[in-house]
Order: sequence, then C-alpha cells, then structure tokens
Amino acid sequence: MSIITTRPHVAIKKPELLAPAGNLEKLEFAIRYGADAVYIGGQQFGLRAKAGNFSFEDMKKGVDFAHKHQAKVFVAANIFAHNEDLKGLEAYLKALEKAEVDAMIVADPAIVYRAKQVVPEMEIHLSTQASTTNWQTVKFWKDEGISRVVLAREVSLKEIQEIKHHVEIELEAFIHGAMCISYSGRCVLSNHMAHRDANRGGCAQSCRWRYDLFEDGINEDEANGAIPLFQENDDAFTMGSKDLCMIDSVPDMIEAGIDSLKIEGRMKSVHYVATVVNAYRHAIDSYIADPKSYSFDNAWMDEIKKASHRPLTKAFYYHKPNNEDQIYTEGPKVRSFDFVGLVLEYDQETKIATIQQRNNFMVGQEVEFFGPDTAFVQSIEHIEDEDGKALDAARHPLQIIKIPVDAPVYPNDMMRKEN
Amino acid sequence: MDNKKKPELLVTAKNLDELLQLVHSGADAINIGGEKYGLRVAGDFSLEMIQKGVEIAHENQVKIYVSINAILHNDDLEGLEEYVRQLAAAQVDAIVFGDPAVLVTAKAVAPQLPLHWNTETTSTNFETIEYWARKGASRAILARELSLEEVIDIKQRVDVEVQAQVHGMTCIFHSKRELVSSYLLHIDEEKKEQDTSKEKNLFLREHKRPDEKYPVFEDRHGTHVMSVHDICMIDHLGAFIEAGIDSLKIEGMLHDTEYVVQVTKLYRKAIDAILNEEASDGLFAQVEKIQPKNRSLDTGFYYKELFY
Repeated sequence: MSIITTRPHVAIKKPELLAPAGNLEKLEFAIRYGADAVYIGGQQFGLRAKAGNFSFEDMKKGVDFAHKHQAKVFVAANIFAHNEDLKGLEAYLKALEKAEVDAMIVADPAIVYRAKQVVPEMEIHLSTQASTTNWQTVKFWKDEGISRVVLAREVSLKEIQEIKHHVEIELEAFIHGAMCISYSGRCVLSNHMAHRDANRGGCAQSCRWRYDLFEDGINEDEANGAIPLFQENDDAFTMGSKDLCMIDSVPDMIEAGIDSLKIEGRMKSVHYVATVVNAYRHAIDSYIADPKSYSFDNAWMDEIKKASHRPLTKAFYYHKPNNEDQIYTEGPKVRSFDFVGLVLEYDQETKIATIQQRNNFMVGQEVEFFGPDTAFVQSIEHIEDEDGKALDAARHPLQIIKIPVDAPVYPNDMMRKEN
Repeated sequence: MDNKKKPELLVTAKNLDELLQLVHSGADAINIGGEKYGLRVAGDFSLEMIQKGVEIAHENQVKIYVSINAILHNDDLEGLEEYVRQLAAAQVDAIVFGDPAVLVTAKAVAPQLPLHWNTETTSTNFETIEYWARKGASRAILARELSLEEVIDIKQRVDVEVQAQVHGMTCIFHSKRELVSSYLLHIDEEKKEQDTSKEKNLFLREHKRPDEKYPVFEDRHGTHVMSVHDICMIDHLGAFIEAGIDSLKIEGMLHDTEYVVQVTKLYRKAIDAILNEEASDGLFAQVEKIQPKNRSLDTGFYYKELFY
C-alpha cells in the first residue's frame, strides 16, 4: 500500500490530531475523545457563516477548557476579504489575542499582514483556502512569518514528503471529511448561481447540485443545437467528491512528515466528532506506540462508518482521483447510528448509569456504549426517571434517566443506537 | 474637463495571426501564455511564438504580458526558472502570476521584469493588493466578483496599476480533477477517450436553470467551468476611466478571431470617444449584433449585490 519509498531517518514524530468544533460542547467532546487541538470559528472573518460560531465569551471558555487538558484552540479567519470586511479587523485580532487562542487560520494576505502588525505574538496558520501546492510557495510563507501551512487537498503524499524535505515548517493536512471539489478559493459557483459569496462564508455547495452535460457550438448560430452526452436513464453530472478517509493509512500520513492531521466538519454533530476523533486517536496511538508491529484494526473503520454515512475516498494522496472517487448516485443505504444518550454518572455498587437523553430509545432495544475507554453493546432492560418511576421509553430531550448496564461506563461516554 | 488618463486596452490572443490582427485593431497590450504555466490561456503559445509575438507587438508599440498563473505543484517548479529567464530575454513586458513560487523565481532570475498579480477569484481587497505590491507586483488584476464601486474604491487606495475585465467570459470553477472524463467514464465505459478540451464546446446545464449554459472543459490543469454570460461593459467604460483604472481587459477565450477583433475595435472606439469627449452611441448594439446567439451579455458583478 505504502508509496513512501524512503522511510524517514529521524525518529517518527507523533502528529497532532486536529478536530473541528462547531460549538463549546463539540469542543469539549473533541478534546475528551482525544483531539490534541481543535479549530473553531468566531463571529467574523470565518467561512462557515451558518456553522455554530463562537462568541468571545464561549471562545474564552473553550480555550480555558482546552488548555486545562493540554489541548490547543485555533480560530479560523479564512475569508478572502473585500474592502468593507477589513473594518473591524484590528479589534477582532486583539480580542482573539485576549482570548488566548493558540493560533489563527488565515487565507488572505491582508489579514496575515494586519495580524503581524497588531498581534505580533499570534501564531498564524495559512489556510487550505490559499491552495498551497508546492514547496517554494510553502517556503515563501515561512519567510513571511507563517508558522504552519495547511496544504491544498490536491497534493499527494509524495509531494508532501518533498515539501517537508525542502522546508522546515509545520505542515497540516486533512485526514478525514468532506472536501471542496475545486481548488479551494478558486470556486465562485455560488456567487454566480445563488448570489452568495463562496469566499466569504456563503458557499451554497452548488458543486453538489445536479447538472446535465451537452455538446454545443458556443460560437455557432444555432442556439438550440445541443447534443446530450448522456442517455435518459444515466445519472446526472455532479461534482461532489466522496469523503476523505485515511483511517487505514495513518502510518503513511505520519511518515510523509505531516505535523497535524486535520478532521473536517465544523457543521458535524457532537456524535460524529467524538466517534471520528476516537477512531483516529486509537490508530495514531497504536502506530506511535510500536510502528514496527502496528497493524490496522478494522474496528476503527467500523467506528468511522457508524458516524459517517457517505462513501469514502483517499482523494489525491496516492493517485489522481477518477470516477471511482466521485459521487453520482445515492449509494446503497448504509447502517447509521443515532446518538441517544450521554453518560453523566455511573454507580459501581448498583451498576446503574445516569444518562441524559439525546434521542428516543426504549426498553427492549439494543444500544452501544462508547467512549475513549469504553466499547460494548448493551440491551436496555429497564428505564426509570429521576424519581425512580419505571418508563417504557426515554422520550424527552435532555431528560435524566437511569438504566442498569453490564459493564462500567464513564461520564461523557456516549450511547448510540442503530436506526 | 478634467484630464482623463488613457487606460490600456488589453486583449487575449489565441495565436499569432490573432495577435497580429489585434495589434492593428486598437489593442494596447496583448495577454498570451503557454498552457503548461498559464491558466485558461486563449491559445497555447510556445516560447518561439511568444518571441515572435513580442517582435510583432513591439514594432507597433503594443505590450505583451505572459501568463504564468497556474497553481504549481513541485514538479512544475523544475524548468520554471529557465522559462522566466527565456521570457525576460524575449523582452516580454510583464509576467502574470498567482502562485508566490513564480514571484520568488522571477525576483531571483529576472528582477527587472514587471509582475502582474492575478489569483482571479481571491484578489478582492486593497490591503491584499498593497501586500503583493510590497512583494514587487506592479499591477493587480481584480477579481470579477467585485462590484464597480469596490473596483473604484480599491483604485483610490492603492499605488499600483489596477486591471479590470470589461468584456468576455470568466472562470467560475477550477478543479484539479478531470470531472468531465470521470463522468463520461461513469455513464459509459466506451466514452473513456472522448475529447473534453475547450475545442469540443461542452456545457453544463443545472437542472433548475434550464436556460443557462455553463461552458466546461478539461486541460492539463483539470476542469474549468465558465460563466453563462459574457461581461460587456462597453456602455459603462466612463466610470472605469474616470476612476483611473489602468487596464481594461477583453477576454477572448472560446470566441473566434473575427469576434475578438471586432470587439476590440468597438472598445477602442468607445475608449477614444470618452477620452475625446465625443458621443459614441450604438456600440453596445454593435456588440450584440456579432454576439453568438447562445452567449448572452451582462454586466457581471459590477452592479450586483452578493450575500454571505
């Protein structure tokens, strides 16, 4: 499998596992489940206008929580600004510094420059939006005072290794999640089709819409002379990529010299973030503990698939993607799981777990408990409410209930159910 | 009246014949490039053609700008130095770059060569332009997603030359993936070898937008989707000239030579009329007359509002 031909001479360095956090709860779970760092959005200058973005108050709470757990918080400020957007920038930069965030993720050189002026101590990571694809450009940014470059999704592992060889700088690359199909920053489909500015947080994901492909004489007089290149029952033309998943290629990612392995998905659920982070945490730790006798555990992939329902790809890491890496049809229905409860407490004497309901479940159903150190299947034999009254089902959001469990569970373990 | 600065009329050329005709049709500068290093060049110019083009242009006091605006991967860096050196030796008037690797290389091997910064969709504010100016760019080529008001505002705030597109199509999507070939392969194994180049005139139609045709093609840089409309600002050039925009560009991509030459002549007339404070009625109608029936005209984002 490995295409990395020259193994590194230096000892293998343990990479950072970097997770998305759409809100404070997701931030806490990402860190509890093994993220070394999280990235979040503030209320300005970020690209996910609709993602749960952090107020400065929540940002500060998140940073405090992260630092208490030896984790870092990076704030994405990766729009390509228009003149008017730059107005509140200085105040925003100072507020980020005051919140003691560990770095900013920036794409626009205007913001890089201002940050250097206004908050010179702030670490700056160059966003993947800048589509950085070669070592000379990485070196350019290093010389400009950038401490880390998030590489374009279009680079291969071989290219990453070459970049690492040429430039001493932290490199970050995506290891899991959904992807822009275009070179990031080089797509304005939304601007044209929905009047929404893709590079300022308004992306309407027009690339995933359905199109038909025709041959036409653009310069011919006959406007209607369009020849369809598809048959009536063919799938529509779409530009969506399968989701990136490198869970079974973690050693190659680490050996390529990537310092930070990034999971995409600030819009994703707390269950998704916890599950995906947990799986990669196990894979990375297992490899780092003993690279020579490492072997891939299929259970990690099974875990990923419980959170992610979309087909998977390795994108550009080993070869140029082709039709196998694209989504044209709704694939076969895969198993999916709902996050149904969060463990608050566990009584060792009585073996009763106190659970906060997150989705419906009932007596007689089978659920899974999972957490950083938990993984077992449990059948629900009894449910009672806080007052000890027996229930046939847990129906109310955030309701506190108690259930007997066969094995120990820990606060913040999750309970999920196949739907 | 105030002393209006004469803007440059810049036009793309797809081959030497077109270049020669444009030189005699009122273009002040011609943008060309080779496909290896240039993104979405109108036609593939070899170094030899570039040398010849410079000769023709300079004899007529016309400038030649060569695009090296591709998103470069490691392997593309090999040969870049030599290429820049050869362009400098050919006395091209500027190179157009997007990737900082090109800027670094040009600074090292041809420090006298003017650099025009063009990242297309991401050149959107004056501070970024000032940033690249400090790095050595003498001109910024603005994103086509800016409003006219923003274009003017930028020009007022920066010291470098500003170039804006006034006519033709724009690229609205660029992927490194071969999305058309992949799709054809997906629906029919036999279509694997189908021509997907820009000569093939393929287009996409979104299911909910049956009247809009988005040209699409593949080349060595991947897949490119182009705008439905051709921008046409021939009736609005006064605002650009008034604001002192330094260069007005006509993009001739996917149009035939006769069209590009005619459009260039009409824009020449329009600009000269404004500078001479003469009337120039009917120019838009003349563009409409030669416009291919399946490419309608609009004013791009110059008068549109975007949301985000």
